[in-house]
Amino acid sequence: MNTQNCYHCGLGYTDKEEIVFDDKSFCCYGCKTVYEIFTLNGLTDYYSFEKTPGATPKDTNGKYDFLDNEEIVYRLLEFHEQETHIVSLYIPHIHCSSCIWILENLNKINIGVSSSQVNFHNKKVRIVFNPEKTTLKEIVHLLCKIGYEPYISLDNYEQKKKKVNRELIYKLGVAFFCFGNVMLLSFPEYFEMEEYWLDNYKSFFRWLIFGLSLPSFLYAASGYYSSAWKSLKTGMLNIDVPIALGIIVMFVRSTVDIIFDYGQGFFDSLTGLVFFMLLGRFFQQKTYNFLSFERDFKSYFPIAVTKILPDRSEVSVPVYDVAAGDRLLIRNQELIPVDGILISDNTAIDYSFVTGEADPITKKSGDKLFAGGKQTGKIIEMEVLSSVSQSYLTQLWSNDIFIKKDRQDYKTITDTISRFFTPLLLITALVSLLYWLFIDVTTAFNVFTAVLIVACPCALALSAPFTLGNILRIMGNKKLYLKNATVVEQMAKVDTIVFDKTGTITTSKKSDIFYEGNGLTEEEILMVKNILRGSNHPLSRRLYDFLPNAAIILVDDFDEITGKGIKGHIDGNLIKIGSADFVGVSKVQTLQTAVYISINKVYKGKYVFANSYRNGLKPLLENLSKRYELKILSGDNEGEREMLKQLVPPGTLCVFNQKPEQKLAFIESLQKEGKNVMMIGDGLNDAGALAQSNIGISISEDINVFSPACDGILDASKFESINYFLKLSKNAVKTIKMSFGISLLYNAFGLSAAIAGKLTPLTAAIVMPLSTITIISFVTVMSNYYARKKA
Amino acid sequence: MSVIYLLISISIVVAILFCVAFIRAVKTGQYDDDYTPSVRMLFDDELKKKENNHNNTN
Repeated sequence: MNTQNCYHCGLGYTDKEEIVFDDKSFCCYGCKTVYEIFTLNGLTDYYSFEKTPGATPKDTNGKYDFLDNEEIVYRLLEFHEQETHIVSLYIPHIHCSSCIWILENLNKINIGVSSSQVNFHNKKVRIVFNPEKTTLKEIVHLLCKIGYEPYISLDNYEQKKKKVNRELIYKLGVAFFCFGNVMLLSFPEYFEMEEYWLDNYKSFFRWLIFGLSLPSFLYAASGYYSSAWKSLKTGMLNIDVPIALGIIVMFVRSTVDIIFDYGQGFFDSLTGLVFFMLLGRFFQQKTYNFLSFERDFKSYFPIAVTKILPDRSEVSVPVYDVAAGDRLLIRNQELIPVDGILISDNTAIDYSFVTGEADPITKKSGDKLFAGGKQTGKIIEMEVLSSVSQSYLTQLWSNDIFIKKDRQDYKTITDTISRFFTPLLLITALVSLLYWLFIDVTTAFNVFTAVLIVACPCALALSAPFTLGNILRIMGNKKLYLKNATVVEQMAKVDTIVFDKTGTITTSKKSDIFYEGNGLTEEEILMVKNILRGSNHPLSRRLYDFLPNAAIILVDDFDEITGKGIKGHIDGNLIKIGSADFVGVSKVQTLQTAVYISINKVYKGKYVFANSYRNGLKPLLENLSKRYELKILSGDNEGEREMLKQLVPPGTLCVFNQKPEQKLAFIESLQKEGKNVMMIGDGLNDAGALAQSNIGISISEDINVFSPACDGILDASKFESINYFLKLSKNAVKTIKMSFGISLLYNAFGLSAAIAGKLTPLTAAIVMPLSTITIISFVTVMSNYYARKKA
Repeated sequence: MSVIYLLISISIVVAILFCVAFIRAVKTGQYDDDYTPSVRMLFDDELKKKENNHNNTN
């Protein structure tokens, strides 16, 4: 056992914080409690599947009170009968086999739960419980207590019973059934043996093959017909047009062949083709489903809020039922769901969600509160000004840009090629038809159909999905998660990169802290540290971690004035830590974030928090500036301009004091100049800009927690690899182009045989699958080769 | 040789049965989650072993 890491969650801790229980060491009481719960219920096997699988439980007092509201509970339930309720909960922490095990053994801890089942890929647990023995709220509390806090939001609330679309799997099954049997029955004809029994039963075999290919032709391939029809109607020739044409011509020609006894037809190639193409589509869908993460802003808002009735009693109401004039109660760390006016005294609101500024803003009674802020002080009361849908954030998010997400205007590389390919193919077919018409009418029609059959661009259609799917997987392994394959293609076209400053090129986790002012003695630092111990303010926590470890001294009269600072007595000395006015310094016009300190009413100095930039930022920017135009946007003030200037390559434009709308407008103006813009940001405050840009990548310190609507999510630890990812996307497009070349070679070979009138069903049956397999293996090998190359 | 009609018909019927079985399996959701069951089947044994130990110590 590792003595330095918590037995439950694996976090490191210092000796002083260590809590020993049952011979195991824990980093905090939370983790110890979870362990106790598991031991009491005989579930210690939790720790034997994976080492340190747990998460520290968070305080959830009152957070789930809305689950007392029956209406909300009924909406969340998947199924409810008298004694059986079923609910599916999304739990972001699910990550290993221990998680599956403990969640499927919930019935051991709570007898009301009759069974629970985990879907690992969706990170969902489906719990069946008896409402007479337990409630949803109890279950949710239990989950929180063992460190598996479920994620409940408006998304769940609006959830309609989603039908799982399994059509593609049915089609794939049917296509394989047809393909296998047709191949088997076609075999005798491949050898063209002049045997008596073969001749005798030829028509039986052929009609049987015809019958077997019908489901494949009519059902399995139906998606291609509708797609081709749609694209014809809009006047755009996509790749499905020649495919659908090829399939139909193949079927008609083969049917004519067997009716007039010309030959065996191409049913084997037809069914094989349909099967392989559906297989490609299936693979594509699997990759995309796995990567689908897009959520809308509603995921961030609490589903219910506490309303104060005129008689001062409190009720939980769904957030959509909140109307102007209502009074709401907002607890510490809760989001403010709507615009409103602060009724309680003072508070501090953390708007990092909206503006990117990490430092909470102090609000006085009567001040306006904007939706999206996080309350960081003691419980407050607010009066609602507008209902949810009219709020500021909603306005930002209901901006047109989020609606046109499907990007109708963008043409994929395959579509571009097929716009040339399809007319070319038709012309070739018609020319050869005309040529042969002068020589031999029967051959002419054979040639015409043969051209359309052999040129059916199945390899062409498969190469892009396979390459891009593979690249998506490779990037996923390296912690860049893209929304779909089109993003890779667009990434290859990027020429301008815009970075957001806060949280993107700076890290929000650790800040450099330095001291300015009269030197503090060791004793004084000791006192400061002990005062800080009692405070939960983010800056206090950061400063507390920064100061050297110290002995614990008893603090008298500790008081935290929210939004101002903290004070306390140690050995008769009055120590005040906090904002400038709180400490009694006249407020100097400064752009820094600082904490002021006074001892016995004498101002001592201040701790200044500087933003700290991500590792490897400078070389990354330098490398990028060789091939891309770089810009930096910031919602912050100009305090960091000088510092930033040293980091960025000369000529990089840095713009400060940008509001979310301005960031969006900035991107828009770049695009009007004809630039392909990639925006790298961190969250909601630049979400508009992320969506407006051609590619929006959000940097995330914690993938499970944060995922706004953007094109990709990059794990913060891989920030330095941006250059590598850009290069990889370029190589991916190169691979696709090369595979198009190979596929055209096959087509040229097949076509020359077809035009010469020498295409036999056997050649078709060999050439067509062969080309498909060559292309798929080529792109897989090439994309893996490029992935291994260093940036 | 006309027995070939019978034999091939039987083989086709068998193949169709398998195809139908596959479609029913998909319909009942057996292909929806292809990872968790593979882990879950390893758990049951562990749980039993642990319960036995528990009984022994009691």
